[in-house]
Amino acid sequence: MTARFQIVAAHFLAPDVKLLRITAPRIAKHHKPGQFVIIRVNDTGERIPLTIAESDPAAGTVTIIVQGIGKTTKMLNRLEAGDAIVDVVGPLGKASEIEKFGTCVVIGGGVGTAIAYPTAKGLKQAGNEVITIIGGRNRQLVILEDEIRAFADKVIITTDDGSYGEKGLVIDPLKSMIAAGKKVDYVLAIGPIPMMRAVANVTREFKIKTVVSLNPIMVDGTGMCGGCRVQVAGKSQFACVDGPEFDAHQVDFDILTKRNAMYRDLERKSVERHQCQLEGMVK
Amino acid sequence: MANPLKPAERMKIPRQHMPEQNAGERSQNFKEVNLGLSFELAKTEASRCLTCASPKCVDGCPVGVKVKEFVELVLDGKYLDAAAKIREDNILPAVTGRVCPQEEQCEGACVINKKFGSVGIGYLERFVADYERQSGKIGLPAIAPATGKKVAIIGSGPAGLSAAGDLIQRGHAVTVFEALHDIGGVLIYGIPEFRLPKDIVSNEVENMRRMGVQFETDVVVGKTVTVDELLNEEGFSAVLVATGAGLPQFLGVPGENLCGVYSANEFLTRVNLMKAYRTGEFETPIFDCRDKNVAVVGGGNTAMDAIRSAKRLGAKNAYIIYRRSEAEMPARLEEVKHAKEEGIQLLLLNNPVEFIGDDKGWLRAARCLKMELGPADETGRRRPVSIQGSEYELPLDVAIIAVGTSSNPLVQSTTPDIKTRKGGYIEANAETLKTSKPGVFAAGDIVTGGATVILAMGAGRKAAKAINDYLSTGQW
Repeated sequence: MTARFQIVAAHFLAPDVKLLRITAPRIAKHHKPGQFVIIRVNDTGERIPLTIAESDPAAGTVTIIVQGIGKTTKMLNRLEAGDAIVDVVGPLGKASEIEKFGTCVVIGGGVGTAIAYPTAKGLKQAGNEVITIIGGRNRQLVILEDEIRAFADKVIITTDDGSYGEKGLVIDPLKSMIAAGKKVDYVLAIGPIPMMRAVANVTREFKIKTVVSLNPIMVDGTGMCGGCRVQVAGKSQFACVDGPEFDAHQVDFDILTKRNAMYRDLERKSVERHQCQLEGMVK
Repeated sequence: MANPLKPAERMKIPRQHMPEQNAGERSQNFKEVNLGLSFELAKTEASRCLTCASPKCVDGCPVGVKVKEFVELVLDGKYLDAAAKIREDNILPAVTGRVCPQEEQCEGACVINKKFGSVGIGYLERFVADYERQSGKIGLPAIAPATGKKVAIIGSGPAGLSAAGDLIQRGHAVTVFEALHDIGGVLIYGIPEFRLPKDIVSNEVENMRRMGVQFETDVVVGKTVTVDELLNEEGFSAVLVATGAGLPQFLGVPGENLCGVYSANEFLTRVNLMKAYRTGEFETPIFDCRDKNVAVVGGGNTAMDAIRSAKRLGAKNAYIIYRRSEAEMPARLEEVKHAKEEGIQLLLLNNPVEFIGDDKGWLRAARCLKMELGPADETGRRRPVSIQGSEYELPLDVAIIAVGTSSNPLVQSTTPDIKTRKGGYIEANAETLKTSKPGVFAAGDIVTGGATVILAMGAGRKAAKAINDYLSTGQW
């Protein structure tokens, strides 16, 4: 089958983190913050979910931000404007709950920032005070700072190595904010599982409504396979149709961590094969 | 040409056997199990037909295939005519010839069935469809002049394809929307290659394209586009919802979220649609079943498909765990027979009550109870009752849950004026398949709940007729 989803813009935001803007008019028209697409790069490829960072209904494009980790994301990161991919399906999942909460702290860890970005913007447009904490392992991995500064009331940056912003984890400024008596009404945390779990643990005792966006393994993304099931409040939920956002205090992060590691060995082998192919191409 | 044999002579001919791949060999590969009749066998089988004056087989077929007529054409060696005859009522003969439960339909109704074994109608249907495909001379039906009306069909499974085939013949412009990246619905994601080769499905789809049907993949109606947009903005005069019952049900027992526990839908989708069994060639991973203990919970065709796939992926022990006895199994007899021949072990009157994991969250065993059969329940099947103190642990690496599916909600949830009933299934008039929303019809599993390919195709045909009436009269 011919690849019919055209890439109209592509550039790196950080090492291994690439922004891709893809023509998909129907998806752009219906996208709401928090929703994702399922992408397949080529005819032998796997289907992977990626959250939509931005959409432009007038131009008929959606933007995704991809960190190259597995074979599929590494292949995506090699694409340039003018290339095309075979499948983009969406917008899938429920939209973020956007209403007037009061003071919202939106926390993005690594590429999680890209996922949090449209919701943070939506929260601001709904009349909330929006404080954003952007975290990265180092300065290079802090993304979308300018875009977020353009609307957020306050932006706090943290890096693990202190190369930019405050040295430490994203939960540190959150903790000090709460300790200083700042009334926080709503927290959205999106990033690696340990980070989301840590945020949930901080806000739990203060009973601050906290939402996380989960990224379990998916196949179809329409509720058909059940592979993305997560345990929330003791019950199985499908992240693709019931989520991807859930009440952070009810999520069983242990099960999520283990299920996400299910194919780790196979994924590693696939990346190794891919690297060999790439090196073979270069030689 | 009339059959030269007298009826008494015809009844002396035994039912011919379907040649199949040897069980030991086939349980190691994904190639088709049944190899198809030879010309010789087909003629002999066709000569068994008594050509009844009022053929019961036709009544037994949900789409009313003119069985007697096509069987006579086989006897005359007019295979292409026979295929065209079937295609008048059934757009997917190569598919139904393989997956229909004929024993409950045409063959079950055949007058010689009880005493001599019915005419092998399914085998013959498959034979002529395969002959036609291999000849490259497909007898596509005539298309009526264009009506200028557009019909949207949501879902490219058996119900949707069958409706599309009928509507395109009536001169309507038909677009089929599919959520996945390939056409065929359950025919491509659910039924494995060894029972229904995917080339056969894509060939049938190709025929429909040649008849003028448009297919759009990657469209999740309800998300990518709504029913109202199709009707009001994209110029469709009618919409048929044929989204099926694709959502997996789980047991609701502890440990079901351990790694290594799959729904049958996920396991089969990875194997069939994503071709995970061709490691290195396709990217989608699947659990490495080699030398592992794999169990499927359930007793239907999907359960058989899943466990026989696991066996082919190298499972050391491949179990079916079913809480009733073999007599109550909903799977087709042929599937159960094939499974047993391939070394599938049936753990009947067994019921898993918990999945037990290791410290890394991987499945290591199922805690099972032995059952016995009590009095019949509302389905007429004897209810399984657990035996006290019968608990034991069955070591397992993979468990696949195949205990049924439920309705796909994406269309209904974004089209609130389509009325649904319990379980989220769409309410549709039994005769016209009209929903509560003008211009919208519904057919197949999304109306009835999980059924068979041919019942969905029958419903698709019924809907097509009603849609055609609606489009020609404008009367809702």
